[in-house]
Amino acid sequence: MSEPALVLEDLHHTFFPDTPNEQRALQGVDLVMEERDFVMVVGSNGSGKSTLLNAIAGTLIPDRGRVRIGGREVTRWPEWRRAALVGRVFQNPVSGTIGHLTIAENLAVAAKRGRAHGVLRNALGRGRRREIADRVRELGLGLEDRLDTPVGALSGGQRQALTLLMATWVRPTLLLLDELTSALDPGSTEQMIRLTDRLIRSQGLTTLMVTHSIPQAVALGDRLLVIHRGRIVESIGGARKRGLRVEELLQSFDRLRSADLVDQSAAEMIRRLYI
Amino acid sequence: MNLLIGSLSMGFLLSLLTLGVFITYRVMGRLDLTTDGSFGLGAAVAAALLGSGVHPLIATVAAAAAGWLAGATTGLLYVALGIDTLLAGILVTTGLYTIQLRTMGGGNRSLGSARTLPDVAEELWHAARLPDTVSLAGTSVPASLFSALLVCVVFVLFSIWVLARFLRTDLGLALRAAGGNPQAGRALGLDTGRMTTLGLVLANGLVALAGALFAQYQGFADVSMGLGMIVTGLACLVLGEGLLGRRTLRRQIVGTLAGTIAFRLLVAAALAAGLPGDTLKLATALFVLAALGLPAVIVRLRRRIDRAPAGG
Repeated sequence: MSEPALVLEDLHHTFFPDTPNEQRALQGVDLVMEERDFVMVVGSNGSGKSTLLNAIAGTLIPDRGRVRIGGREVTRWPEWRRAALVGRVFQNPVSGTIGHLTIAENLAVAAKRGRAHGVLRNALGRGRRREIADRVRELGLGLEDRLDTPVGALSGGQRQALTLLMATWVRPTLLLLDELTSALDPGSTEQMIRLTDRLIRSQGLTTLMVTHSIPQAVALGDRLLVIHRGRIVESIGGARKRGLRVEELLQSFDRLRSADLVDQSAAEMIRRLYI
Repeated sequence: MNLLIGSLSMGFLLSLLTLGVFITYRVMGRLDLTTDGSFGLGAAVAAALLGSGVHPLIATVAAAAAGWLAGATTGLLYVALGIDTLLAGILVTTGLYTIQLRTMGGGNRSLGSARTLPDVAEELWHAARLPDTVSLAGTSVPASLFSALLVCVVFVLFSIWVLARFLRTDLGLALRAAGGNPQAGRALGLDTGRMTTLGLVLANGLVALAGALFAQYQGFADVSMGLGMIVTGLACLVLGEGLLGRRTLRRQIVGTLAGTIAFRLLVAAALAAGLPGDTLKLATALFVLAALGLPAVIVRLRRRIDRAPAGG
């Protein structure tokens, strides 16, 4: 059997240690994801979701613990080096693409993720352009006719779809999606979610997706993790995840609250988001 | 006419400086103060080598290589020690002052008797049996002016061609991506520190090359030659962007050349109209200030005008 796609061992991270603003963002997170796993993560603001993604992507080096991706010990690898294994879509559509480069140029950069950069050939030769046009056409957004448009001129939804294509152009060992629809309008959100699900399923990508949306958390993925105060407090998988309904997840939050694992404000926020 | 051709030559050779500023300021999104130091360094290295009889072409390339080293040093301070590129540039430029003095063996160095690139061009001109003077619009222009212009044109067009090609390769595109959005760059596997260093190396090589050509064109090198060159480069850059816009890479690169030539013509016109030579730096600084500051002021004024009727 092959190595798991992701192994997290006892991750700890504290911001501003030994100051009045001390914030324990991760307090012992363990997680194993097998190849082709599609895991959803929910939690309130400040629960540690983003810190978790940053620790996996290498944007942040955790105080303690280990990160293994595809069987490789990457805990001390800088972010750019981990990018050879990790594809990432950020919350903000502006973050993942280069605004003043064209669609084709952005994709040409993405096509070189984790590979050496040559200086002899034009990055956008005829073969590469054709490949780009084909794969952009598969997105179904009509962008294949606008390959020479600067990405800055695209809408948030288009830009986010492009970021997703860039993150998966070179097949990543692990795909990280960070609330990728939270900055989009409802129409774009729906389109983006359909596109994401289709891409993950058709390519069999190992995916860790953070979301603020309870319906998304219920509808997508094979496993659901609830994270609170830097710990994974619930893991719902298998048949239970498949049969999970929104009401049930909310009840589960209520139980957590009564066990004082989820505080009042977090539960309220989750309710508000759902309504 | 002689003044016009002189301005044209100066415009061509200084466009290498503008190209360097374009790489750091626009492509990498950083203001690199090493520019002042490496311009003077290029002039000093070329002058010292030419003075000791080295072939002008080798001396000029060596000067550019000195600029690469200066850029690499700034990059190293940034990547290895985490010093901001702005401060790193100031530190390197300050250090380069001493290095220039030592290289030239003094505060300035005349190239009076040395064989320079314009001399080589003139020799080639005569070897090709071209006329000694050229009559242009009623004035007779000495061949040396033309051959000097030719040197500048050849160097600049070659540099522009190489750079434009490079920026379209995988590495060149990576450089632009890392400069345009470092966060996305890292997520796409780009070592942004290394890319910044590469940008600084390229830019300072071009700036030093400009310094070397400038010294040979003027016939001397001076330790204060690089002073304020970053501002001159910025002035030419924004002027070029005003003329050609920033829509495509090609426009931007051609714009550096057009902007620099336009700037030199403006300077020549201002001097001919009686502007005292010693006010040139102040005028340049004010021009850059206006070019970079005015758009914001105009937007603010417009907003105030738009708001006025609604408020009243």
